[in-house]
Amino acid sequence: MARLVVMGGGVSGHTAATFAKDWLGDEHEVVVVTPNSQWNWIPSNIWVGVGQMSKEEVVFPLAPVYEKAGIDFRQAKAVSIHPNGGEKSDKEYITIEYTGQGKEGQTEEITYDYLINATGPKLNFGATPGLDEGHTVSVCTADHAVHANLELKKVFEKAKTEKQKILVGTGHGMCTCQGAAFEYIFNIEHEANKAGVRDNLEIKWISNESFLGDFGIGGLHMKRGGYAASSRLFAESLYSERGIPWIIGAHVSKVEAGKAHYELLDGSTGEEEFDFAMLIPPFAGVGLKAYDKDGSDITDTIFAPNGFMKVDAKYDAGAYENWKASDWPRTYQNPTYSNMFACGIAFAPPHLISKPMSSVNGTPINPTPPRTGMPSGIIGKNVAHSVTDLIKKGPDAHLHEASMAEMGAACVASAGKGLTDGTAAALTVYPVVPDFEKYPGLGRDLDYTFGEIGLAGHWIKHILHHLFIYKAKLKPGWTLIPE
Amino acid sequence: MQRIEETVKPYDQNFTTMVPTGFVKFMRTCLIWQFIRFIAINIKMIIVVRKSHG
Ligand SMILES: Cc1cc2nc3c(=O)[nH]c(=O)nc-3n(C[C@H](O)[C@H](O)[C@H](O)COP(=O)(O)OP(=O)(O)OC[C@H]3O[C@@H](n4cnc5c(N)ncnc54)[C@H](O)[C@@H]3O)c2cc1C
Repeated sequence: MARLVVMGGGVSGHTAATFAKDWLGDEHEVVVVTPNSQWNWIPSNIWVGVGQMSKEEVVFPLAPVYEKAGIDFRQAKAVSIHPNGGEKSDKEYITIEYTGQGKEGQTEEITYDYLINATGPKLNFGATPGLDEGHTVSVCTADHAVHANLELKKVFEKAKTEKQKILVGTGHGMCTCQGAAFEYIFNIEHEANKAGVRDNLEIKWISNESFLGDFGIGGLHMKRGGYAASSRLFAESLYSERGIPWIIGAHVSKVEAGKAHYELLDGSTGEEEFDFAMLIPPFAGVGLKAYDKDGSDITDTIFAPNGFMKVDAKYDAGAYENWKASDWPRTYQNPTYSNMFACGIAFAPPHLISKPMSSVNGTPINPTPPRTGMPSGIIGKNVAHSVTDLIKKGPDAHLHEASMAEMGAACVASAGKGLTDGTAAALTVYPVVPDFEKYPGLGRDLDYTFGEIGLAGHWIKHILHHLFIYKAKLKPGWTLIPE
Repeated sequence: MQRIEETVKPYDQNFTTMVPTGFVKFMRTCLIWQFIRFIAINIKMIIVVRKSHG
């Protein structure tokens, strides 16, 4: 009997663990270590953040689902990895610290034959002075989104009688997840119209993108009216239409009560006042440590300096001009320890996707690569497939491949939640990481990269919400629903 | 709803981009047209999803 331990029960880890258990059956063990008792369909946090959904609608308890699947669930956070074993034995193990199940604070060692790291991001609020001091809100977790809505409603209330300023975007020069902030600002604008307070609200966008519509993937192009039109045009059009001005190429350097300080790519600095601000924090790895058998620290061997796990990527590609689609990982296997994989946000990307930029003062101001839901799910499933084959067919089994330079992503950004009112931008991009050798110039296939705005996107967003929660609950036919 | 000519200010940030006309806005919420687009977008997304699953 082999044991697979999956660290992290989010989009990627839950996909990996549930498929692995389904394929491995009762002969082998799957253990999931994750600190929350509930699974969260994160994309719908946006609707929680504007009061259109309750927290209960976007989460469900994991324990019964894992019990049904035969997965050993530990409500705990992984703390360290010991890939060569420890004092007592050579067997590889991780240490965990319980956060629930009545064992809060207790630590334990769990041995493994295979390890999948799917711990997602650490929301690194500490990277920007003041960002973690409650002056701003976030929508990155369901609880954050509940809080964001409470604060937003206070501002809407005040806006009945006085002018209020809202600032939404990224809270650091090296943030990712612009798409979430983009979706949130348009939902705020929509709700403000519904509440009849739009005229008293000045809503502004601030982001580290060098052009509006970069989204951390260097923008994209779509066919429109006989042209290949840049996402910049679409994004600027959306902001213009809704009367939302933008500040781009901005590194938010400090946040105070009601004020954000920023530096721009041209080196100039500025301040933006706000009554309500939702600024996405930068992401880092969750801070797992790694130790050798003798207790020496080998964290640097396994993890990149940003805390994400090293995988089979080309990390020495150098300058932007040298970047290739083939730099991106295919199997997500750790190069040092072949029984260790990383999937979703937890793997270290080889480099940015957007062109690196820094201000004239040398401050890096560029979006870091997003790893959205669809790639996170697909990678999780492929890694589970590889581990299953390694267990069942032996160590020479062929590993499954899923490069972000050969896979697309489908995204829907809503503005409102109604089935007959509001609109959403539905888009696909193929491939996520541009391949300038295969598609010179644009880097992407124009036939499979498209986007449009309309109610249809809303309907798709609703369907995705129910479909993915259904799938994550492992209801009948769940394996047939694609990631 | 403001008319398109009123949302844009000369030489402002939004002066150089596309602004949707009334017809485009109408089509975005026209139930019949959106139903057709719903089918079309779903087909396109399914193709991209299939291509991405290797
Ligand atoms: C507000 C918002 C909206 C979004 N909207 C979209 C969208 O519309 N479409 C889209 O495709 N993507 C969207 N995304 C991105 C999407 O949510 C992520 O791509 C996806 O969740 C990444 O999956 P993951 O498994 O890597 O990380 P997560 O889903 O974050 O899962 C990581 C898991 O690891 C756990 N964990 C953390 N530390 C430890 C530890 N030490 N030990 C064990 N477990 C740990 C966490 O608790 C969590 O359960 C959105 C993101 C945000 C924040």
